[in-house]
Amino acid sequence: MPALAVQQLTKTYKGGFQALKGIDLGVEQGDFFALLGPNGAGKSTFIGIVASLVNKTAGSVNVFGHDLDRDPEGVKSCIGLVPQEFNFNLFLPVFEVVLNQAGYYGIPRREAKVRAERSLRQLDLWDRRDSEMRTLSGGLKRRLMIARALVHRPRLLILDEPTAGVDIEIRRSMWSFLRELNAEGTTIILTTHYLEEAESLCRNIAIINRGEIAERSSVADLLNTLHTETFVLNLKGRVSELPELGGFVLQHLDDCTLEVEMNRDHTINGLFDALSRNGIEVISLRNKQNRLERLFLEMVDRRATEAGDGA
Amino acid sequence: MTRLLSDWHRYWITFATILTKEILRFTRIWVQTILPSVITTTLYFVIFGRLIGDRIGTMEGFAYLDFIVPGLVLMGVITNSYSNVVSSFYSSKFSRYIEELLISPAPNWVILAGYVAGGVARGLVVGGAVMLVAMVFTDLQIHSLGIMLLICLMTATLFSLGGFINAIYANSFDDISIVPTFVLTPLTYLGGVFYSIELLPDVWQILSLANPLLYMVNAFRYGLLGVSDIPIGLAFGMILILIVVLAAISLNLLRRGVGIKT
Repeated sequence: MPALAVQQLTKTYKGGFQALKGIDLGVEQGDFFALLGPNGAGKSTFIGIVASLVNKTAGSVNVFGHDLDRDPEGVKSCIGLVPQEFNFNLFLPVFEVVLNQAGYYGIPRREAKVRAERSLRQLDLWDRRDSEMRTLSGGLKRRLMIARALVHRPRLLILDEPTAGVDIEIRRSMWSFLRELNAEGTTIILTTHYLEEAESLCRNIAIINRGEIAERSSVADLLNTLHTETFVLNLKGRVSELPELGGFVLQHLDDCTLEVEMNRDHTINGLFDALSRNGIEVISLRNKQNRLERLFLEMVDRRATEAGDGA
Repeated sequence: MTRLLSDWHRYWITFATILTKEILRFTRIWVQTILPSVITTTLYFVIFGRLIGDRIGTMEGFAYLDFIVPGLVLMGVITNSYSNVVSSFYSSKFSRYIEELLISPAPNWVILAGYVAGGVARGLVVGGAVMLVAMVFTDLQIHSLGIMLLICLMTATLFSLGGFINAIYANSFDDISIVPTFVLTPLTYLGGVFYSIELLPDVWQILSLANPLLYMVNAFRYGLLGVSDIPIGLAFGMILILIVVLAAISLNLLRRGVGIKT
């Protein structure tokens, strides 16, 4: 039984805009799944329908065997949602926000208090339990949304851009927390604009573009489709003339910085050997572009061109 | 059977959570929610009752001050039950924390019941406070406590439902004050709070019968004083029908997601 099975999911908004055009998608139990796509691609509409915040036009949604039309309460009980935008009563204390959420899921008060405390401690928010929501920073509010979504122990956690606008330290700690949660068995679906995040966390991926699934694959398989990779090298000393290296395309960014595009048949060791033979020493290197980002941009560009040709 | 019992237990917890949240909301800001009605009705008692009332004389055999008590109490119940639900539910829409409930397995009728119960609670608290103020100015003997409480409860329920529907359709904070200002207040004043409709010319008496508030004020007056311009059974029937109609409309709006889902 999949965690999420969606068939022919369609959403047409008032005014005729078709946000989803008959999407079929499955997510297995225990998966850490990324849903990517440019702005306006239909990601949030998709999540909104699964979480019962948006009415679908057609199609079916099934969560852990519960059908959204026939058993909406069963579906909702399985899902925890971390939405893209803050949706709190800003005048309530932190603890009460989580406690109320537990109550909405029918968890008795005594048990709800225990769970709320556990959720807040997990997200390092226990010390702020009496603070009013409006006094929290953006990063703390993001963490609180995760704590709130976990209080009823959902089997499927859906995060819609959970790390948008948070600093690197908090983002890394949230990644670590989500990895642990997934390892404990919670299925996670994540949308993000940080493709590094998807590459680092997720095993499987779907790319939505213009309301359709443009790609559905494992992250590893997708990355294997890349034929070349580009690195930026910081050099020890100036290099005025670039040598010809077979299999590597070198380009000057400035006198002390090189950009190297290399075929996947070659290795970094081979690159360093070739550079050393030509008297070039490297201090450091970095990927020019996140690999998934590059694939994503290529895919979106290709689709846009196809759509243009079609028109 | 076990599943059914566990579902009902869950629904009860959700209902109690919404109700507790609503009660905490209006009691935290009691200076804005409870005190104004008490001050306003105290002024009514002083001005219309003490200062002007003595010159008016009696109304349906009661001192004018005694006659206006039921209407003033019910006016507090009506405006507060309505405004509690309309402002609370609209705020939850505006700040999007209604999503906390929409994603939860709470059925629509439990959500509606929770918000309505919150409105009823505030209506009854304010009604009780106004009644206490009335005790200071008058020496009333309650005719039927049961009828009084039942009418109070039903009226608060009806106007909480009205506030809920208003909140569903509201698109701005201006929209939540239009109905209280331009509909509720005039209907309350024309609903026999300050006079018996027997004082009106025949045409206006007939027109007044189309005002639902007339039935509530008179039924409550019957509970308190034992007099009414209209049959008490008709008043109960009218309020009950309106509650059923507004509850059905509210549930239909929730089911379709009007104003809260896209």
